[in-house]
Amino acid sequence: MYSNGYIFRYASIMVIVVAALLSAAALLLQPAQERNVKIEKIQDILRSANIESTTANAEQLYDTYIVKEIVINSKGEEIGVYSGGKFETGDRRAFLVDVKTELKNKQLKAQGKTAAEPVFPLFIARKDNRDIYIIPLHGVGLWGPVWGNIALNSDLKTVEGVTFGHKGETPGLGAEIATEIFTGQFPAKTIFDDKGNFTSIQVVKGGVANSNLDPSHGVDAISGGTITSNGVSAMLNDCLENYVTYFQNKKAL
Amino acid sequence: MSTVKTEREPLFSAKTKKLLLGPLNKDNPITVQVLGICSALAVTVKLEPAVVMSISVIAVTAIANLVISLLRNTIPPRIRIIVQLVVIASLVILVDQILKAFMYDVSKQLSVFVGLIITNCIIMGRLEAFAMANKPWHSFVDGIGNGLGYGIILVIVAFFRELLGSGTIWGLKVVPNAFYELGYVNNGLMILPPMALIVVGIIIWVQRSKNPDLQED
Repeated sequence: MYSNGYIFRYASIMVIVVAALLSAAALLLQPAQERNVKIEKIQDILRSANIESTTANAEQLYDTYIVKEIVINSKGEEIGVYSGGKFETGDRRAFLVDVKTELKNKQLKAQGKTAAEPVFPLFIARKDNRDIYIIPLHGVGLWGPVWGNIALNSDLKTVEGVTFGHKGETPGLGAEIATEIFTGQFPAKTIFDDKGNFTSIQVVKGGVANSNLDPSHGVDAISGGTITSNGVSAMLNDCLENYVTYFQNKKAL
Repeated sequence: MSTVKTEREPLFSAKTKKLLLGPLNKDNPITVQVLGICSALAVTVKLEPAVVMSISVIAVTAIANLVISLLRNTIPPRIRIIVQLVVIASLVILVDQILKAFMYDVSKQLSVFVGLIITNCIIMGRLEAFAMANKPWHSFVDGIGNGLGYGIILVIVAFFRELLGSGTIWGLKVVPNAFYELGYVNNGLMILPPMALIVVGIIIWVQRSKNPDLQED
């Protein structure tokens, strides 16, 4: 029989050895893991502007195409401009802003609770001598978070391209938001109407053709993926509305 | 421990061969022992994650078996399950971290299921039933064998699900475009978990009809 003392010693030593082993592994592998997350983010941003990249050349393409990273506050003022590896104004880099946290802050503010002032990231890509404005999105689907990037033309209202991602939407139904069939509907849609009012882009159940919505502000939802589609619709609205003031000011210049 | 000299058996004796190859057929963890079904349903939509999952499970069962077998004479029986779980959990976390660092895309597809290897009954079962009572080399081979037995079913299921559900093998298109033009469509049902169960069922059917001694009344 083993004494209680032996059992305690055995358990303690085991736990210490395992803890040391796992901490060492976590520390050693962390740089590689963080790099993967960063490259994925870069690839998503580039893809929304129709720039194809591989894991190998993503960082290089990002430096070539993304000429400016802007962080704006809820009043539409630029509080950080990062370009060519250095800050022009402020000290916030759009790439390091977590949209999820900022949207949470915005929601808390709206409820009158104390929260940090929300800020919103914007990327400017220069491709074929045109500026493309890329806005990261974050929202809620059916089973978990959905996210994406939307790229706007230099007129600040026409969609150039979108990408969507999701944590675990239903395969074949909600998960279709990440496929070409769904995202392919977005290019050439507009987020402002002719009078300059913000319309966002609605994801319409039953199809845009059967609704009385202007077809330039809507796309068809996915059959059987209604909650995911509604989530995408809400995400587009919640994220894009933060940039309305900024875009209107910019256009007025 | 023992001072009795035993004759050294060759590295691959009949016994080790049986340990390695038995789980591939008559002792298969999935189709015969019906263990580890949940992950077999979840990660077999495409071939690549299924293969990575299989390799991960093989690594975890083999190394856990080896470690537990080496420690078997020191482990106090009263906390043996805890010790086994700690060994499995640490190995699984290591595998998860390594996948995240070096195979990021696959690790995203496998998502929580790598973590859930901890709850895979095959591993716990082999530790408790085999590694606690056998020598390290035999335990190691037994772990590899059972991991392979699990993996082979995963790969077979994933092959059919990817072929019929997405028209691809390892992400490469194999169903020619001409088929689609003639009206062939991918079977969306194959992507959903119930079809994995049905494919496993068909494998069990084929296996039992070939092995009369597996048939029950």
